[in-house]
Amino acid sequence: MALYSEKVMDHFRNPRNVGVLEDANGVGTVGNAKCGDIMKMYLKIEDDIVKDVKFETFGCGSAIASSSMATELIKGKPVEEARQLTNKAVAEALDGLPDYKMHCSVLAQEAIEAALKDYESRQEEK
Amino acid sequence: MIYADNAATTAMSEAAINTMTSLIRDTYGNPSSLYEFGQKAKEVLEQAREDIAKTIGADPKEILFTSGGSEADNQAIISAAKLGEKNGKKHIISSKFEHHAVLHTLNKLAKEGFKITLLDVHENGIIKPEEVAAAIREDTALVTIMYANNEIGTIQDIKGIGAVCREKGVLFHTDAVQAIGHLHIDVNEENIDMLSASAHKFHGPKGVGFLYFKKGIRLTNLIEGGAQEKGKRAGTENVPGIAAMATALNDAVNNIDKNTEHLTKIRNKIIAGLKEIPHSALNGDENSRLPSNINFCFEGIEGESLLLLLDDKGIAASSGSACTSGSLDPSHVLLAIGRVHDVAHGSLRLSIGEDITDEEADYIIKSVKEVVEYLRGFSPVWRDLVAGKTQFIL
Ligand SMILES: Cc1ncc(COP(=O)(O)O)c(C=O)c1O
Ligand code: FES
Repeated sequence: MALYSEKVMDHFRNPRNVGVLEDANGVGTVGNAKCGDIMKMYLKIEDDIVKDVKFETFGCGSAIASSSMATELIKGKPVEEARQLTNKAVAEALDGLPDYKMHCSVLAQEAIEAALKDYESRQEEK
Repeated sequence: MIYADNAATTAMSEAAINTMTSLIRDTYGNPSSLYEFGQKAKEVLEQAREDIAKTIGADPKEILFTSGGSEADNQAIISAAKLGEKNGKKHIISSKFEHHAVLHTLNKLAKEGFKITLLDVHENGIIKPEEVAAAIREDTALVTIMYANNEIGTIQDIKGIGAVCREKGVLFHTDAVQAIGHLHIDVNEENIDMLSASAHKFHGPKGVGFLYFKKGIRLTNLIEGGAQEKGKRAGTENVPGIAAMATALNDAVNNIDKNTEHLTKIRNKIIAGLKEIPHSALNGDENSRLPSNINFCFEGIEGESLLLLLDDKGIAASSGSACTSGSLDPSHVLLAIGRVHDVAHGSLRLSIGEDITDEEADYIIKSVKEVVEYLRGFSPVWRDLVAGKTQFIL
């Protein structure tokens, strides 16, 4: 049996929305203290819609796949929906992750949360 | 596939497979049975013991068959601890980067009141005999230092360490699992009292190994039961496995010089190739290392994704990254040589096989370069390093 599902491997091999979003208005970076992996999310929000999203990840296969899947799940969606994205939903969309790799999907959830928080604080400053 | 994970395990040699399968089929008697058919198996067993003893300059009586390297390590250390305890000696010296078969056994003894000194292995992964000498105390029962490290391949001055132990009258055990069959070993010349070996690291079968124990050392049983192995290791002997181990070891030892020459050439080529990758570093001493071992850290990337992408390119390798270990801790070996967590994360171990070609070496170098560059391309850590927001370590 392979370590990861076909879906995980697909997103790992061909990550969607990978890179930097120059005109992002919400950026969040989070790290997992335990394994040391780091994920960065760039959001471009307009009219309460996630118009565009990109990520950069320093991490394992499931961290890269989780960030890729998470971007797909929120792209084009209302901010409110993005806010409610859970790591479970990410893992499920990937047809599951090994137990000890669940924290990698948590990283994706947290990266989006951090980016949204950054977006909000920028709005308040305006 | 280019199999570059020979430190994890090796393919069985054709000769070892033949020995094993023919014995499974034709010589299935129990060596403890008195009839001819059982005695035939006994003969095979004792012949294997003799052959194996010869490869390391030991006496057949000094060879105990085990289920592998882990069991041999456990039994050697527990035996020495029990012997020491009888004389009030409850101190053991080892190193920080031993295999877990050694470290976890020592942890267990620590809970029983033994004092454990784990020597520093320095940045190059080499322990000096003087450091062992300085650590030996009145109550030292055992020194156990691995011959060659399984991750970074560094080779210790076993003869020198053994001499220090002899001089001070302390038992010396070495985990030679990665060394035997790959380096010339003579237990007498190198002052070794106990030595662990495992067949699957030199093209023999898995689940078979042996412990060399110098005459006069009283072993403590780990497994109680029948009187096999002179009562020191119960259980009907794995005759086909043991005989196949002897076949494999003989072949390996006979070819050490030839293999070393070829492997060293290819290893050095790959090391030189990978050094061209910016912000990378070889782990472990460049010269005193196994001819098959290449271990690098690449800053700004993570090892598991590196391995998965190399797998896609048909290269099977390994990493000491936290993400590849179920525990999420980076390799204790890399930490022991002073690699910090971030850097240990991006490690790659290639342990090449004797049949590797020049073209395969070129392909490995090219593939690793491509994958490292690709992963750095979307690594936020790498971005910060390049932007000068954080400092390069390598
Ligand atoms: C240095 C070292 N010691 C011990 C072992 C354990 O050997 P085995 O797998 O035969 O129990 C290994 C292999 O993983 C090893 O590399
Ligand atoms: S994020 Fe480190 S193990 Fe996946």
